[in-house]
Amino acid sequence: MLQPQEIPQEAPGAEPQAAKAAIRGRAIVVTSGKGGVGKTTTTANVGAALAQRGAKVALIDADVGLRNLDIVLGLENRVRYHLLDVLESKVPLDDALVTDKRVATLSLLPAAQSREKDEVDTELMRALVEQLRERFDYVIVDSPAGIEKGFINAVVGAQEAIIVCTPEVSSVRDADRVVGLLGNRFSPQLIVNRVRPGLVKRGKMLSVDDVNGILRLPLLGVLGDEADVIVSTNRGEPVVFDPNSRTGNAYRTIAARIAGDDVPIPAPPAEEGFMGKLGALFRI
Amino acid sequence: MIDADIGLRNLDLVMGIEKRIVFDLVEVVEGRCQLRQALIKDKRFDSLSVVPAAQTRDKQSVSEEQMTQLVAELAEWCDYVLIDCPAGIEHGFRNAIAGASEAIIVTTPEVSAIRDADRVIGKLNERNQPVRLIINRIRPDMVRMGDMMSVDDVCDILSAELLGIVPDDEEVIDTTNRGEPVVLDPTNRLALIYHKIARRLEGELVPFTNLAAPSLFERIFGTWKAG
Amino acid sequence: MFDFLSRFFKPQGSSETAKERLRLVLLSDHLQLAPDVVEALKYDLIAVISKYVEVDVESCEVTFEQQDRTVLMLANIPIVSMKVRTLDQPAEPEPIVLGEPELEVQPATVTSHAHAAAPRRRRRRRKRLGAGSDNKQHAVTGPLGESSN
Repeated sequence: MLQPQEIPQEAPGAEPQAAKAAIRGRAIVVTSGKGGVGKTTTTANVGAALAQRGAKVALIDADVGLRNLDIVLGLENRVRYHLLDVLESKVPLDDALVTDKRVATLSLLPAAQSREKDEVDTELMRALVEQLRERFDYVIVDSPAGIEKGFINAVVGAQEAIIVCTPEVSSVRDADRVVGLLGNRFSPQLIVNRVRPGLVKRGKMLSVDDVNGILRLPLLGVLGDEADVIVSTNRGEPVVFDPNSRTGNAYRTIAARIAGDDVPIPAPPAEEGFMGKLGALFRI
Repeated sequence: MIDADIGLRNLDLVMGIEKRIVFDLVEVVEGRCQLRQALIKDKRFDSLSVVPAAQTRDKQSVSEEQMTQLVAELAEWCDYVLIDCPAGIEHGFRNAIAGASEAIIVTTPEVSAIRDADRVIGKLNERNQPVRLIINRIRPDMVRMGDMMSVDDVCDILSAELLGIVPDDEEVIDTTNRGEPVVLDPTNRLALIYHKIARRLEGELVPFTNLAAPSLFERIFGTWKAG
Repeated sequence: MFDFLSRFFKPQGSSETAKERLRLVLLSDHLQLAPDVVEALKYDLIAVISKYVEVDVESCEVTFEQQDRTVLMLANIPIVSMKVRTLDQPAEPEPIVLGEPELEVQPATVTSHAHAAAPRRRRRRRKRLGAGSDNKQHAVTGPLGESSN
C-alpha cells in the first residue's frame, strides 16, 4: 500500500537543509494525479516565465514513454538524447540538455519515448536532480499522471510541489490523494486550471473556494479555460512568449509568485460579454 | 463496469454510487469477499453493475492474471464488461487491458493527447487487441477557425476506426458534479451521441451526424462531421 | 481553382501546424519503437554497401533524427578499404535498375503503430547509385525513403 512514507525521503547522510538551500537551486515537481489537467503546459510555461526573468531553469520530463514536454515547448526537433541516456551514463548531461533558443536560460531534459518508467532508478533520479540544482536556479519536474513508479521518480528529488487541478470532482479527489501521499515535506501549492467563471456563477462548476475548501493549499494561481493554450501547443509556442495572451500573463504572475514577488493571485476574467462574443464571431 | 484505477478511483463518483461502496476490486481478488458482494447494482439502470476500485491501495495490489480471471468471471453472465483504465502505460494500464478483448481509446484533438493515444494504440496492437477511437471535447468553433484539429485530422494521424465524436459540452461537468451520467438526460445532445456510440458497439452502422448547421463556407468547401 | 479559392477563404490556423508537427514526431517515435525495422534496414544497408567497400560492421550505426520539417536517417558506416577487384570483375559496377525500395517508410505506412512487420532479412535492397556513392563515411538520406541525390 502506497503510504506517504514510501515517497523516498532525503538520502541518508544528507547535509542539513539550511546549508543545502544556500548553495542550490529549487527543485519543484508539478503533479496532479489526474491526467490531462495541464501539468505539462504548466511546467513549460512556468519554467519559461522564470527563465524570462533571468533565472536559470532546467525542465525535466519525467513522463517516460509518454513524453510531451518537448512537443509542448516546440523543441521536439532538437531532442537527441534523453533522461535514461543520462541516468545510464550513456551520454553526458550537457549533450542531452536542450537549450531553448528563445530564452537562453531555459533548458529541457527530455524523457525517453521508447522506454518504460520502471527502468528509471529512483536513487539515480534523485542524484540527477541534485546535480541539476547545483547549476540551475530552478529544476522543474513534469510528473506523469497517476501515482505509480513514474510519479515516485518525479517526486524523489524535489523539495517543493505544485499541484495542478481542474474544478471537477474527479480531479479534486485525485489531487487530494496526491497531497496525502506527498506529506508535509513538500509544502505543495495549488494551481486551479480550466476555470470557467460563467459556469461557476451559474452553479454548474466548482468554484476555486470549493476546490480549496477540500484541498486547503496555498493558492499559486487560477487559470481560465482559454483557446489560446490549445493554439500554443499546436504551434509549440508557450503562451508566456505571447505578451497579449491572458493565460501567458497568468503564468508570468505565477512565476513571479514562485520567485517570491508579492503579487496578487492571477484569476481569469469574468466571461466575455455579448460584444466580446460578437467580436469573436467576426474574427478572421 | 470495473474501475481499474486503484488508488485514484473515480468511476464511483462519476456514476454517483460512491456512498454505496462496501467492498472493492482488491478485496475481491484477494479473496476477502465474493465478487457479488463487491458489485454495486445501479438503481437507475436495470442491468448495470459496478466493481469499484480500492482507494487506499496501489495498482501493484492486483496482477494481470487476477484481472483476466475477474473479467472472465464477469463475462460469463454479462454482455459487456467495461474496464475504466487509469492514465498512463504503467502497471495499472497493463492490468486494465489484460482481460479485455477490445479497446476504446479516448483522445482529445490536442497534440499531446494524440501523441499519447498513438503510443497506447501501439501497445494495444502488440497484443492484437482491436482498437476503436472516440474523439472527445471537440470544439466546432475552433475547428472552423483552424485552431483545432478536425475529426479527419485526428483519424488520419491515428489510423484507428472511429467509434464516436463527442463535442466539448458545459453540461457534462455539472452531471459529473451530481454523479448523474449524462445519458440520463434525454434533452442533452451528448446523451444522443453516447447512445449512438452504444449502438455502434452493438454492431449497428450509425452515421456520424453534423453537430451544427453548416455555414455557407462549409457548404461550398465541404462540411465536417460529428456524432 | 477551388484550391486557390480555399486558400483565400480558409483561415490558415495552427491546426495545420499541429498536424504537421505530429506527423513528424510520430514518425520519429515509431522509428524509435521499431528496433526490428531499424535492424533490418541496417542489415540491408550494410549488405549493399559491402558489395563495393569493406565496412567495419560492428561499428555501423543507423539512427533517425527529426530536423525541421523532416525526419532524417543518419547512417554512420566506417569504411575499412576498397574491395580488391579480380580480373573477371567489371571495372565499374553495373547500373542497378531502380525499383521500389522494399522498406517503404512513409508516414502513412509507419503509422501501423510502431510494430511494422520487419522485412525478411534475406531480401535484397535495390538502391540507386548516383554521385553520392563514393567513399562516404557518413551517408545522409532524407526525407526518409528517398536518396539525397
